[in-house]
Amino acid sequence: MIQLSHDFEEIAEAYEASGGQASSLLDKQSASLVVSHNKILGKNEIPGVRIEGEETPTGAKASITVAPGTIVQKPVHLCFGVIPKDGIQEIISEFNIGEGARVTFQAHCTFPNAEKVKHTMDARIYVGKNAEMTYSETHFHGPSGGTEVLPVVRVTVDEGGVLKNEFKLVQGAVGRLQVDYEGDVRKDAVCEFDARVYGKGDDRISVKESLFLNGENARGLAKSRIVSSERCQSEVIGEAVGNAPFARGHVDCVEIIKGRDARASAIPRLVVVDDRAKLTHEAAIGSVDKKQVETLMARGLTEDEAVDVVVRGMLR
Amino acid sequence: MLQLKNLGLVLNGKQILYNLNLETRHGEIHGILGANGTGKSTLASVILGLSGYREVTGSIVFNGENITDLPVSQRARRGITMAWQEPARFEGLSVAEYLSIGQRHAGNVPLSPRECLMKVGLTPENYLMRAVDTTLSGGERKRIELASVLAMRPKLAILDEPDSGIDALSIDYVVEVIKTFSRNGTTVLLITHHEEVAEIADRASSLCGGTILKTGDPVAVARFFRNHCQECQHVNIPEKEEQNNDSIVA
Repeated sequence: MIQLSHDFEEIAEAYEASGGQASSLLDKQSASLVVSHNKILGKNEIPGVRIEGEETPTGAKASITVAPGTIVQKPVHLCFGVIPKDGIQEIISEFNIGEGARVTFQAHCTFPNAEKVKHTMDARIYVGKNAEMTYSETHFHGPSGGTEVLPVVRVTVDEGGVLKNEFKLVQGAVGRLQVDYEGDVRKDAVCEFDARVYGKGDDRISVKESLFLNGENARGLAKSRIVSSERCQSEVIGEAVGNAPFARGHVDCVEIIKGRDARASAIPRLVVVDDRAKLTHEAAIGSVDKKQVETLMARGLTEDEAVDVVVRGMLR
Repeated sequence: MLQLKNLGLVLNGKQILYNLNLETRHGEIHGILGANGTGKSTLASVILGLSGYREVTGSIVFNGENITDLPVSQRARRGITMAWQEPARFEGLSVAEYLSIGQRHAGNVPLSPRECLMKVGLTPENYLMRAVDTTLSGGERKRIELASVLAMRPKLAILDEPDSGIDALSIDYVVEVIKTFSRNGTTVLLITHHEEVAEIADRASSLCGGTILKTGDPVAVARFFRNHCQECQHVNIPEKEEQNNDSIVA
């Protein structure tokens, strides 16, 4: 049961700032977990969704299990964050989605005052046969860029299962972001990684999305949309390995540079092991497309306004 | 309204526009007829002031103001806009948002996004929340582009081949939208190489070799275009004898 406290109010406020609705953290119909620094401030289970949490000296361990066949009607809300200027939050998590279950997670990670904060996430996700899991993670950071965000996610999508994962960090400056996602995609399964990041100041952004298409007819998409502004440096590695017959994988990377001192690189890596697999990639790096900008300028926007519209749209 | 005086443009050492003179009247549909490669889209880019098309000789005067040196957004705020032949795509931007952008600097009593879509024959419920991205067909995107120009209620709408890539059943909507512009007091510069489309214009000009060869009644200009320009081998290399041809009425 959620117990309201000052800590909870603080993180709920930050949760709202990141786009979440704090009321959903109190909704008894929705499963939820709230972790501030290394304190579990709230936890709510609903039939079919079991959440086990354990505080550790530097963070928390969480195990979330969705029973086979459960159709979870409302999103499961997860809230992580560090409110003070400094601190470490190490989250170790496991997600087990039972056969035929269907669930959506909405995670918000908030670091509004961070000047020296380290947030790590070590997640293991298992999506059972014919199960569907959507995981959407939105970050909210303050302007100082004093955070290290290091999520490592290892996913197994079993036969006929679907995982759609979205990572979004577009509010505030992060500092250092190192996303490392890896998917083991089995027969007839689908795995999609989608990362959207707006790098500012001296941010250092690294996104690695790897798909191992190990089952016949497996499908994978590694998508990234990165904007590097000011002095930000970004690197994207999109990888797909076709290990099975009729596997299909696509790597789709767009990086936009805003500012003379920003840098961006993209490294697509496609490996076909089974000659019946097919992998494709597309990558575009550069400034905002001139035609897009001038089209909006022809509707009366200034150049800066037009660039902002293009960038905001791409990062949605 | 719009006056182009002795306009010239050199791109990569090549004369693209040459001694081009054109004057449009308030609220008229003015067709620009020309074969592929004669400089029609370049002319549109020059009038709008797109990057790479600003280093012109001569002058562009709009409602008595010399706008030759103004950037695109300033020209747009004075009421000049364009529907591109191949419009840009925008990831994450909905049709409703795209049409609303045009309304920010719209003239009097702008049409709502819903009304604009209906004018171009698209069902608002099916399109308002869709993204202006690659999921739209070429024809859908072009009609949304027209709707976007409608939403702005401009004084001068440059329509660069609005009929290309549109299916036969939808062409009537495009024609009707062009007439709507004119009814609302918008001057339309209608760029096309289809003489049947140019015939809906009040007046037309034939663009050949980077200059205007003839201006007048659209049927007569279309006939001139058919007889003199469609087979013209001198694309962007204007020759003096052609300009001095007695049959040409400027």
